[in-house]
Amino acid sequence: MKVSDLVEKLQLKVFSGETGLNREVMGGYVSDLLSDVMGNISEGEVWITLQTHQNVLAIASLKDVAAVILVKGLEPEKEMLKHSNEEEMPVLGTTRATFETAGKLYELLNAD
Amino acid sequence: MQTIKADLHIHTVLSPCADLAMSPANIVQEAKEARLGVIGITDHNSTRNARVVKNLAEKEGILVLTGAEVTTKEEVHCLTFFEKEEELIEFQKYLDDNIVQIDNPDGYWGYQPVVDKDENILELVPYWLPAALETGISAIQKKVYSLNGIFIPAHISRPENGIFAQLGFIPSRLEFDALEITGRRRAGDIRKKYKLKKEWTLIRNSDAHFPQQTGRNYSFFHIEKADFSEIKMALNRQKGRFVEIV
Repeated sequence: MKVSDLVEKLQLKVFSGETGLNREVMGGYVSDLLSDVMGNISEGEVWITLQTHQNVLAIASLKDVAAVILVKGLEPEKEMLKHSNEEEMPVLGTTRATFETAGKLYELLNAD
Repeated sequence: MQTIKADLHIHTVLSPCADLAMSPANIVQEAKEARLGVIGITDHNSTRNARVVKNLAEKEGILVLTGAEVTTKEEVHCLTFFEKEEELIEFQKYLDDNIVQIDNPDGYWGYQPVVDKDENILELVPYWLPAALETGISAIQKKVYSLNGIFIPAHISRPENGIFAQLGFIPSRLEFDALEITGRRRAGDIRKKYKLKKEWTLIRNSDAHFPQQTGRNYSFFHIEKADFSEIKMALNRQKGRFVEIV
Protein backbone atom coordinates (compact mmCIF):
# COMPACT_ATOMS: atom_id res chain seq x y z
CA MET A 1 0.00 0.00 0.00
CA LYS A 2 1.25 3.47 -0.84
CA VAL A 3 0.73 6.68 1.11
CA SER A 4 -1.54 7.90 -1.70
CA ASP A 5 -3.80 4.87 -1.12
CA LEU A 6 -4.01 5.77 2.57
CA VAL A 7 -4.96 9.33 1.73
CA GLU A 8 -7.83 8.07 -0.37
CA LYS A 9 -9.05 5.30 1.93
CA LEU A 10 -8.87 7.35 5.15
CA GLN A 11 -9.89 10.64 3.54
CA LEU A 12 -6.77 12.41 4.74
CA LYS A 13 -5.86 15.97 3.91
CA VAL A 14 -2.48 16.46 2.24
CA PHE A 15 -0.73 19.53 3.68
CA SER A 16 2.61 19.14 1.93
CA GLY A 17 5.27 16.76 0.66
CA GLU A 18 3.09 15.60 -2.25
CA THR A 19 6.09 14.28 -4.14
CA GLY A 20 6.45 11.64 -1.45
CA LEU A 21 2.95 10.21 -1.80
CA ASN A 22 4.25 7.15 -3.63
CA ARG A 23 6.18 5.93 -0.55
CA GLU A 24 5.36 2.38 0.57
CA VAL A 25 3.59 1.98 3.90
CA MET A 26 5.04 -0.80 6.05
CA GLY A 27 3.18 -0.15 9.30
CA GLY A 28 2.25 2.52 11.82
CA TYR A 29 3.56 4.09 15.02
CA VAL A 30 1.79 6.28 17.54
CA SER A 31 3.77 8.52 19.89
CA ASP A 32 4.02 12.16 20.89
CA LEU A 33 7.33 11.82 22.69
CA LEU A 34 10.14 12.63 20.28
CA SER A 35 12.79 10.63 22.07
CA ASP A 36 10.53 7.60 21.95
CA VAL A 37 9.96 7.92 18.21
CA MET A 38 13.63 8.44 17.56
CA GLY A 39 14.53 5.33 19.40
CA ASN A 40 11.75 3.07 18.20
CA ILE A 41 10.05 3.96 14.91
CA SER A 42 10.93 1.85 11.87
CA GLU A 43 11.53 2.85 8.29
CA GLY A 44 8.33 2.93 6.22
CA GLU A 45 5.97 3.30 9.18
CA VAL A 46 3.32 6.00 9.24
CA TRP A 47 3.79 8.24 12.29
CA ILE A 48 0.58 9.41 13.93
CA THR A 49 1.08 12.40 16.25
CA LEU A 50 -0.31 15.69 17.59
CA GLN A 51 3.08 17.43 17.53
CA THR A 52 3.24 20.02 14.76
CA HIS A 53 6.73 21.52 14.94
CA GLN A 54 9.76 21.19 12.71
CA ASN A 55 11.55 18.62 14.86
CA VAL A 56 8.81 16.18 13.86
CA LEU A 57 9.92 16.53 10.25
CA ALA A 58 13.59 16.23 11.10
CA ILE A 59 12.92 12.96 12.90
CA ALA A 60 10.56 11.68 10.20
CA SER A 61 13.21 12.30 7.55
CA LEU A 62 16.06 10.84 9.54
CA LYS A 63 14.11 7.67 10.26
CA ASP A 64 12.73 7.50 6.72
CA VAL A 65 9.10 7.06 7.75
CA ALA A 66 6.38 6.76 5.12
CA ALA A 67 4.39 9.83 6.21
CA VAL A 68 3.28 11.87 9.22
CA ILE A 69 -0.43 12.10 10.10
CA LEU A 70 -1.46 15.03 12.32
CA VAL A 71 -4.65 14.30 14.25
CA LYS A 72 -7.58 16.33 15.61
CA GLY A 73 -7.52 18.84 12.78
CA LEU A 74 -4.08 20.12 13.76
CA GLU A 75 -1.97 21.82 11.11
CA PRO A 76 1.78 21.79 10.60
CA GLU A 77 3.77 24.88 11.58
CA LYS A 78 5.40 26.91 8.82
CA GLU A 79 8.83 25.37 9.24
CA MET A 80 7.43 21.87 9.28
CA LEU A 81 5.57 22.54 6.00
CA LYS A 82 8.68 23.97 4.39
CA HIS A 83 10.92 21.08 5.36
CA SER A 84 8.37 18.48 4.35
CA ASN A 85 8.40 19.79 0.80
CA GLU A 86 12.20 19.87 0.80
CA GLU A 87 12.40 16.33 2.13
CA GLU A 88 9.50 14.99 0.04
CA MET A 89 7.91 13.72 3.25
CA PRO A 90 4.10 13.79 3.19
CA VAL A 91 2.40 15.60 6.07
CA LEU A 92 -1.21 14.50 6.22
CA GLY A 93 -4.11 15.54 8.38
CA THR A 94 -7.31 14.15 9.84
CA THR A 95 -9.99 15.59 12.07
CA ARG A 96 -10.23 12.24 13.86
CA ALA A 97 -8.45 11.74 17.17
CA THR A 98 -5.48 9.42 17.59
CA PHE A 99 -7.38 6.35 18.76
CA GLU A 100 -9.68 6.24 15.76
CA THR A 101 -6.95 7.14 13.28
CA ALA A 102 -4.69 4.37 14.52
CA GLY A 103 -7.58 1.92 14.58
CA LYS A 104 -8.51 2.60 10.99
CA LEU A 105 -4.91 2.46 9.82
CA TYR A 106 -4.43 -0.84 11.63
CA GLU A 107 -7.55 -2.28 10.01
CA LEU A 108 -6.41 -1.21 6.58
CA LEU A 109 -2.95 -2.65 6.95
CA ASN A 110 -4.23 -5.96 8.26
CA ALA A 111 -7.09 -6.48 5.81
CA ASP A 112 -6.73 -9.58 3.71
CA MET B 1 21.80 43.62 50.31
CA GLN B 2 22.72 43.92 46.65
CA THR B 3 20.69 43.70 43.48
CA ILE B 4 22.40 41.42 41.01
CA LYS B 5 21.31 40.77 37.43
CA ALA B 6 21.18 37.08 36.52
CA ASP B 7 20.58 34.99 33.41
CA LEU B 8 20.47 31.36 34.45
CA HIS B 9 19.75 29.63 31.15
CA ILE B 10 22.58 29.79 28.64
CA HIS B 11 23.73 27.09 26.22
CA THR B 12 27.32 26.59 25.11
CA VAL B 13 28.52 25.17 21.79
CA LEU B 14 28.10 21.70 23.36
CA SER B 15 24.31 21.83 22.87
CA PRO B 16 23.61 20.79 19.27
CA CYS B 17 21.09 23.59 18.77
CA ALA B 18 23.52 26.26 20.01
CA ASP B 19 25.59 28.38 17.67
CA LEU B 20 29.26 27.61 17.07
CA ALA B 21 30.04 31.03 18.49
CA MET B 22 28.81 30.03 21.96
CA SER B 23 32.34 29.41 23.16
CA PRO B 24 33.16 29.86 26.85
CA ALA B 25 35.11 33.05 26.08
CA ASN B 26 32.31 34.56 23.99
CA ILE B 27 29.71 33.75 26.62
CA VAL B 28 31.75 35.51 29.29
CA GLN B 29 32.27 38.51 27.02
CA GLU B 30 28.54 38.76 26.28
CA ALA B 31 27.73 38.39 29.97
CA LYS B 32 30.10 41.25 30.78
CA GLU B 33 28.51 43.47 28.16
CA ALA B 34 25.05 42.63 29.42
CA ARG B 35 26.23 43.50 32.96
CA LEU B 36 25.22 40.13 34.31
CA GLY B 37 26.49 39.31 37.78
CA VAL B 38 25.43 35.67 37.61
CA ILE B 39 24.99 33.28 34.69
CA GLY B 40 23.82 29.67 34.53
CA ILE B 41 25.36 27.22 32.08
CA THR B 42 22.73 24.72 31.04
CA ASP B 43 23.61 22.50 28.11
CA HIS B 44 21.21 19.69 27.24
CA ASN B 45 21.84 16.75 29.53
CA SER B 46 25.51 17.62 29.93
CA THR B 47 27.62 19.65 32.34
CA ARG B 48 30.88 19.17 30.52
CA ASN B 49 31.52 22.73 29.30
CA ALA B 50 30.23 24.38 32.48
CA ARG B 51 33.38 24.52 34.56
CA VAL B 52 35.43 25.98 31.71
CA VAL B 53 32.99 28.89 31.57
CA LYS B 54 33.11 29.18 35.37
CA ASN B 55 36.91 29.47 35.45
CA LEU B 56 36.94 32.16 32.77
CA ALA B 57 34.02 34.09 34.26
CA GLU B 58 35.48 34.15 37.77
CA LYS B 59 38.33 36.29 36.44
CA GLU B 60 35.73 38.88 35.41
CA GLY B 61 33.91 38.71 38.74
CA ILE B 62 30.91 36.89 37.29
CA LEU B 63 29.45 33.95 39.22
CA VAL B 64 28.63 30.87 37.16
CA LEU B 65 26.09 28.31 38.29
CA THR B 66 27.22 25.03 36.74
CA GLY B 67 24.61 22.53 35.66
CA ALA B 68 22.51 21.23 32.80
CA GLU B 69 19.09 21.47 31.17
CA VAL B 70 17.78 17.98 31.74
CA THR B 71 15.14 16.28 29.53
CA THR B 72 13.00 14.07 31.77
CA LYS B 73 11.35 10.88 30.56
CA GLU B 74 8.16 12.91 30.05
CA GLU B 75 10.22 15.29 27.87
CA VAL B 76 9.94 18.16 30.35
CA HIS B 77 13.01 20.39 30.38
CA CYS B 78 14.39 21.27 33.83
CA LEU B 79 17.35 23.44 34.87
CA THR B 80 19.63 21.85 37.44
CA PHE B 81 22.62 23.45 39.22
CA PHE B 82 25.25 22.14 41.61
CA GLU B 83 27.62 24.00 43.89
CA LYS B 84 30.58 21.69 44.32
CA GLU B 85 32.65 20.03 41.64
CA GLU B 86 32.13 16.57 43.13
CA GLU B 87 28.36 17.07 43.10
CA LEU B 88 28.53 18.16 39.46
CA ILE B 89 30.66 15.15 38.54
CA GLU B 90 28.26 12.78 40.23
CA PHE B 91 25.30 14.31 38.43
CA GLN B 92 27.16 14.05 35.13
CA LYS B 93 27.55 10.34 35.82
CA TYR B 94 23.81 10.11 36.52
CA LEU B 95 23.13 11.77 33.16
CA ASP B 96 25.51 9.42 31.36
CA ASP B 97 23.94 6.37 33.00
CA ASN B 98 20.36 7.37 32.30
CA ILE B 99 20.25 9.06 28.91
CA VAL B 100 18.62 7.15 26.04
CA GLN B 101 21.47 6.92 23.57
CA ILE B 102 20.22 8.04 20.22
CA ASP B 103 22.68 8.30 17.39
CA ASN B 104 23.76 11.66 16.02
CA PRO B 105 24.91 10.36 12.62
CA ASP B 106 27.42 12.70 10.98
CA GLY B 107 26.25 15.41 13.33
CA TYR B 108 22.76 15.40 11.76
CA TRP B 109 21.34 17.10 14.84
CA GLY B 110 24.22 19.51 15.26
CA TYR B 111 27.72 19.74 16.57
CA GLN B 112 28.33 18.66 20.19
CA PRO B 113 31.91 19.51 21.19
CA VAL B 114 33.33 19.47 24.68
CA VAL B 115 35.90 22.30 24.64
CA ASP B 116 38.68 23.82 26.73
CA LYS B 117 39.12 27.53 27.40
CA ASP B 118 40.95 28.01 24.10
CA GLU B 119 38.15 26.33 22.17
CA ASN B 120 40.18 23.21 21.44
CA ILE B 121 37.84 20.28 20.96
CA LEU B 122 38.39 17.64 23.60
CA GLU B 123 35.59 15.35 22.46
CA LEU B 124 32.55 15.25 20.18
CA VAL B 125 29.61 13.66 21.96
CA PRO B 126 28.35 10.88 19.64
CA TYR B 127 24.77 10.56 20.86
CA TRP B 128 21.98 13.13 20.71
CA LEU B 129 22.25 15.18 23.92
CA PRO B 130 18.67 16.56 24.13
CA ALA B 131 17.21 13.02 24.19
CA ALA B 132 15.08 12.08 27.18
CA LEU B 133 16.52 10.38 30.23
CA GLU B 134 15.00 7.08 31.24
CA THR B 135 14.00 8.59 34.57
CA GLY B 136 10.96 10.73 35.30
CA ILE B 137 10.76 14.26 36.64
CA SER B 138 10.21 13.30 40.29
CA ALA B 139 13.16 10.91 40.37
CA ILE B 140 15.41 13.50 38.75
CA GLN B 141 14.29 16.17 41.20
CA LYS B 142 15.10 13.86 44.12
CA LYS B 143 18.51 13.09 42.67
CA VAL B 144 19.27 16.81 42.28
CA TYR B 145 18.24 17.49 45.87
CA SER B 146 20.30 14.56 47.14
CA LEU B 147 23.28 16.44 45.68
CA ASN B 148 22.20 19.74 47.33
CA GLY B 149 21.33 21.12 43.93
CA ILE B 150 18.86 23.65 42.55
CA PHE B 151 15.93 22.35 40.45
CA ILE B 152 13.86 24.62 38.20
CA PRO B 153 11.31 23.41 35.60
CA ALA B 154 12.24 25.35 32.44
CA HIS B 155 10.14 27.60 30.18
CA ILE B 156 6.93 26.43 31.82
CA SER B 157 4.57 28.01 29.30
CA ARG B 158 6.34 26.84 26.17
CA PRO B 159 4.38 24.34 24.01
CA GLU B 160 7.50 22.27 23.44
CA ASN B 161 8.97 20.65 26.52
CA GLY B 162 7.29 22.95 29.05
CA ILE B 163 5.82 21.23 32.10
CA PHE B 164 2.28 22.39 31.34
CA ALA B 165 2.45 21.15 27.75
CA GLN B 166 3.97 17.81 28.60
CA LEU B 167 2.14 17.00 31.85
CA GLY B 168 -0.71 19.49 31.92
CA PHE B 169 -0.10 20.26 35.58
CA ILE B 170 2.61 20.46 38.23
CA PRO B 171 2.61 17.20 40.22
CA SER B 172 1.64 18.00 43.80
CA ARG B 173 4.60 16.21 45.33
CA LEU B 174 7.20 17.71 43.01
CA GLU B 175 9.60 20.05 44.79
CA PHE B 176 11.39 22.88 43.01
CA ASP B 177 13.24 26.10 43.82
CA ALA B 178 11.49 28.21 41.19
CA LEU B 179 9.71 28.05 37.84
CA GLU B 180 11.27 29.56 34.74
CA ILE B 181 9.77 31.65 31.98
CA THR B 182 11.61 32.71 28.83
CA GLY B 183 10.31 35.25 26.34
CA ARG B 184 8.54 38.51 27.14
CA ARG B 185 5.11 37.54 28.44
CA ARG B 186 4.23 39.38 31.64
CA ALA B 187 4.75 37.41 34.83
CA GLY B 188 1.30 38.37 36.10
CA ASP B 189 -0.36 36.91 33.00
CA ILE B 190 1.54 33.64 33.36
CA ARG B 191 0.68 33.37 37.05
CA LYS B 192 -2.98 33.89 36.27
CA LYS B 193 -3.13 31.58 33.28
CA TYR B 194 -1.49 28.65 35.02
CA LYS B 195 -2.92 29.41 38.47
CA LEU B 196 0.53 29.45 40.04
CA LYS B 197 0.71 29.57 43.81
CA LYS B 198 1.80 32.95 45.18
CA GLU B 199 4.73 31.48 47.02
CA TRP B 200 6.25 29.97 43.85
CA THR B 201 9.09 32.11 42.55
CA LEU B 202 9.16 32.90 38.83
CA ILE B 203 12.48 33.66 37.20
CA ARG B 204 13.05 34.92 33.69
CA ASN B 205 16.05 33.80 31.62
CA SER B 206 17.25 34.07 28.04
CA ASP B 207 17.66 30.43 26.95
CA ALA B 208 20.48 31.86 24.84
CA HIS B 209 21.63 29.73 21.93
CA PHE B 210 23.35 32.61 20.11
CA PRO B 211 25.80 35.11 21.64
CA GLN B 212 23.58 38.16 21.22
CA GLN B 213 20.76 36.40 23.10
CA THR B 214 22.83 36.27 26.30
CA GLY B 215 21.12 38.43 28.91
CA ARG B 216 18.20 39.35 26.61
CA ASN B 217 16.04 38.27 29.52
CA TYR B 218 17.18 38.30 33.13
CA SER B 219 16.05 38.39 36.73
CA PHE B 220 17.15 40.59 39.62
CA PHE B 221 18.38 38.70 42.67
CA HIS B 222 18.25 40.62 45.95
CA ILE B 223 21.02 38.92 47.92
CA GLU B 224 23.94 39.66 50.26
CA LYS B 225 26.53 38.50 47.74
CA ALA B 226 26.83 36.41 44.61
CA ASP B 227 27.20 32.82 45.72
CA PHE B 228 25.31 29.56 45.33
CA SER B 229 23.63 29.50 48.72
CA GLU B 230 22.46 33.13 48.43
CA ILE B 231 20.94 32.31 45.03
CA LYS B 232 19.19 29.29 46.50
CA MET B 233 17.84 31.35 49.40
CA ALA B 234 16.52 34.00 47.04
CA LEU B 235 14.74 31.42 44.88
CA ASN B 236 13.11 30.04 48.01
CA ARG B 237 12.38 33.47 49.54
CA GLN B 238 14.39 32.79 52.66
CA LYS B 239 15.92 35.25 55.11
CA GLY B 240 14.85 38.31 53.21
CA ARG B 241 16.46 37.23 49.94
CA PHE B 242 14.18 37.26 46.90
CA VAL B 243 13.96 37.44 43.12
CA GLU B 244 12.34 40.22 41.14
CA ILE B 245 11.40 40.05 37.48
CA VAL B 246 10.09 42.75 35.22
